[in-house]
Amino acid sequence: MHDVKTDVALDSAWSGGKSPFAMGSKKLGMWLFIVSDTLTFSALLITYSYSRLTNPDWPRPFPINPAIIFSTTMTVVLLASSLTMVMAVMASQRNDRKKTVMWLVATMVGGLLFTGLHLTEWMNMIFKEHFTITGNPEGTPLFGAVFFGITGLHMTHVMIGVIYLGIVAVGYGRGKFSAEDVEVNGLYWHFVDLVWMFVFPLIYLMSVKY
Amino acid sequence: MNTQAHAEEAHAGASVGTNIGIWVGLVAITGLEVFLAYEELQPSVMLSILVVLSVVKAAMIMSFFMHLKYEKFSLVLLLIPAMIFCICMMLIFFFPEALGLLRMRPH
Repeated sequence: MHDVKTDVALDSAWSGGKSPFAMGSKKLGMWLFIVSDTLTFSALLITYSYSRLTNPDWPRPFPINPAIIFSTTMTVVLLASSLTMVMAVMASQRNDRKKTVMWLVATMVGGLLFTGLHLTEWMNMIFKEHFTITGNPEGTPLFGAVFFGITGLHMTHVMIGVIYLGIVAVGYGRGKFSAEDVEVNGLYWHFVDLVWMFVFPLIYLMSVKY
Repeated sequence: MNTQAHAEEAHAGASVGTNIGIWVGLVAITGLEVFLAYEELQPSVMLSILVVLSVVKAAMIMSFFMHLKYEKFSLVLLLIPAMIFCICMMLIFFFPEALGLLRMRPH
């Protein structure tokens, strides 16, 4: 004899057997990490914004060429890599292994290009313009600490992301990782792009050399 | 197994066309921000506009690329209000000193 109650499909979210938020634990874990890292960058950027507005001798070290052209190109490159990441996630959900790996590699290329351009810009700032982490010829030394600190932390996130992408590309290509792993990787990469959406205007565009 | 099926249901995302459209929008807003940088606005005004535009870009990336629009709304409720609250707590330290910014000369 069946218990009548168990025959009825209890579709309430609280009746058990369902994942919270209808997602696996890896994806939820990545979201929670993203929230905490967002707060880290928010703390840095809000502190920077306050310093930028209250310091009367903040330098304006970014001429259109090369600084603004470089950094705008970097922004578009990172946005493009986000788009290729979206394509990779879509391909993984169609179980198209070859295309997924192709799009993941394209995303890595975007990340590496971003890092290369960024390091070139850093070298220009340090050696040609004499803007270092401890001082600069134009204004408050706080600029260097802020600029290299925040962009350096972001660049570290990009480099970690590129390594992460490589591991997932190889693993997914070999059939060891699933579409969920590609999606979780996507969340991290979009987060890195999102942070740059704040860093670029607040640090570069606020200190343009007219 | 039941949980696997539920985890996979939520994957109807945006189409390729929509994602490309969002990307074009992001690049356009970036272009607008670069243009504004050369308008020689007051720094506090410039900062406010840039933050608003960046939040719009962030919302676009989170909703479409990060798929939040297609996830269960309870996830949005879990993540977003807490983030906004913490960020507002940080912004409190702009005041009352920040009110003096309104009287500062542009630099």
